[in-house]
Amino acid sequence: MIEGILIGLSTALSLTNILMVMVGCFAGTIIGMLPGLGPMTAIALMIPITYGFDPSTGLILMAGVYYGAVFGGSTSSILLNAPGIPGTVATAFDGYPMAQQGKAGKALAIAAYSSFAGGTISAIFLLVAAPSLSKVSLAFRSPDYFALMILGLTAISAFSSKGQFLKAMMMVVLGLMLATVGQDSLSDITRFTFNNMNLTDGISFVLIVMATFAMSEALTIIFRGKDPNRAAKQISLTELGSIKVNKEETIKMAKTIPRSSILGFLIGVLPGAGATIASFLAYGMERNYVNEEEKQKFGKGSVHGLSAPETANNAACSGSFVPLLTLGIPGSGTTAVMLGALLGFGIQPGPRLYQTNPEIFWSVIMSMYIGMVVLLILNLPLIPYIARILAVPRNYLIPLILFFSVTGIYLMSFNNFDIFLMIGIALVATFLRLYDFPMPPLILAFVLGGLMEETLRRSLLISDGSPNFLWDRPITLIILLITITIIGWQIFSTFRKKN
Amino acid sequence: MRISPTKFISLLFLVLSVFYLYTAYNIQVFAFDENAPFNARTFPIYLGWAGIILSSLKIILPEKITTEVNHKHLDYKSIIYLIIISLIYAAVILKIGYFISTSLFLFASYYFLGERRWGLMFILSFPFVAAFMYLLHGLLNIYLRDPFLKYIGVMG
Repeated sequence: MIEGILIGLSTALSLTNILMVMVGCFAGTIIGMLPGLGPMTAIALMIPITYGFDPSTGLILMAGVYYGAVFGGSTSSILLNAPGIPGTVATAFDGYPMAQQGKAGKALAIAAYSSFAGGTISAIFLLVAAPSLSKVSLAFRSPDYFALMILGLTAISAFSSKGQFLKAMMMVVLGLMLATVGQDSLSDITRFTFNNMNLTDGISFVLIVMATFAMSEALTIIFRGKDPNRAAKQISLTELGSIKVNKEETIKMAKTIPRSSILGFLIGVLPGAGATIASFLAYGMERNYVNEEEKQKFGKGSVHGLSAPETANNAACSGSFVPLLTLGIPGSGTTAVMLGALLGFGIQPGPRLYQTNPEIFWSVIMSMYIGMVVLLILNLPLIPYIARILAVPRNYLIPLILFFSVTGIYLMSFNNFDIFLMIGIALVATFLRLYDFPMPPLILAFVLGGLMEETLRRSLLISDGSPNFLWDRPITLIILLITITIIGWQIFSTFRKKN
Repeated sequence: MRISPTKFISLLFLVLSVFYLYTAYNIQVFAFDENAPFNARTFPIYLGWAGIILSSLKIILPEKITTEVNHKHLDYKSIIYLIIISLIYAAVILKIGYFISTSLFLFASYYFLGERRWGLMFILSFPFVAAFMYLLHGLLNIYLRDPFLKYIGVMG
């Protein structure tokens, strides 16, 4: 392994590769900040450029873009409540309220430190444990994945808002319903399209996230413009605040980061799970770990609540490279794009990558750590400038959010049906938000819908239609028991409060 | 009897779930798939039932926390204007092109939200969109379809 690390360091620390990491991190941050353009788009944009480089340089550039875009996504989550990617949705839960309280600079600094720490810790895990961790992900089967997704959706519903469990679960079902629109992945049978050709390919994730977050947020701000309480909040939004993190906040972060890193990395290793589930589960786990006083601050600008998903999503990014590099199975949508790039280089990822291209395997791992350092050095001093986006008056900010939302959709399809659909969904979402129906469960359900149906299909086919798959395997059973415990706890706490 | 807005939304969700379930049962599957343990109908049917159960529970169970919205504080006028210009924007974007439609949309949005600094409104619409298009199309090489600019020879 030492030999491998040295090979990786010598490749990653060459002048060209350091430059590539820097360019990647910077470009990724800028692209990731734009609502609708996440890491997948950023990496996809880089693929044609990387074909001019040797494979390790190309992969290092893409790794830099990946981390930069995740950080950029967090920035738009915190400042605009408009997550560009599902992995940073949970960041907005506490990041955006912090920004509304005039602590935007601090929220961005906490996100940067947490991302750095999470990424660093998980890069070390990746270095040490990559070979053995691949066995863990191999042990997971379809029923386990199905149960894990049920757990993720239940967990987000449980912590999305106090006493709103049923509302959140309804949003989960709505998200899953939206995910079933379009062609069935296996049989190609069209469902819920009502003979509209524009719906044959389904509804895109970007459209849903733009409608339920960016556009609906903009409409809600306008809608509540006459509310004196809301107006006060809007004024405080223009205050940037300091980027300095005090001792108390550092202690809080120091407690959160290790556990969220471990969770994020382990979730990232599981193929298909990725940063989204990791960030939501870390948020939920953190809420359970903290004391009652801190628990009350969740959703209102909690340091724990911001640090946990930020640490976990970056840790999961590193974790998702384990199945990609060792098994050839992408751990997330973004690593799926990277798998395509690797194949384009003529490299087949898998257990033999160690032997055939050790310099690629190790240089990517080493460049991740270097990427983290570059990201911190590059972005931290820029935070006050990045945060100035908040100083844009409401009369300009709202149209600009609408403009970015529409452009994101237009770029994808050049089809005005999608824009009409987005406006319709945004209107419905605005009214739902008005009555405290939470949107994050809908987003997570929408993202997981396809994979959930696929794993359910496999599980039912293996068990010949019997529900036995839910308790046949110990891993499935344990995950489901945790899910039942969460539901039971929700019912119990509701009952307890009534009395 | 007064029904709370939350329960009314739940009722609408119940209607949606019933309609979804009805449509799910009517999904045409291949004849050989009809009795398979899993086909294109299975997952939507589960979802339809889940929607019915959850919305029914929300309607039946007493509300622990009621969400009150003061409609006097809601700015219906601005939101209607914004929605109308957004719909017009969506309708014309393909016909008159991205540049002109987006610039006009931004200009109109600033106006309807109460902005009257004409110079700033102009800079943050036409030149801003041009710069944004240059960033995407010229520098990042992201294709941005604009039949109008193509027609006058500005875009390739």
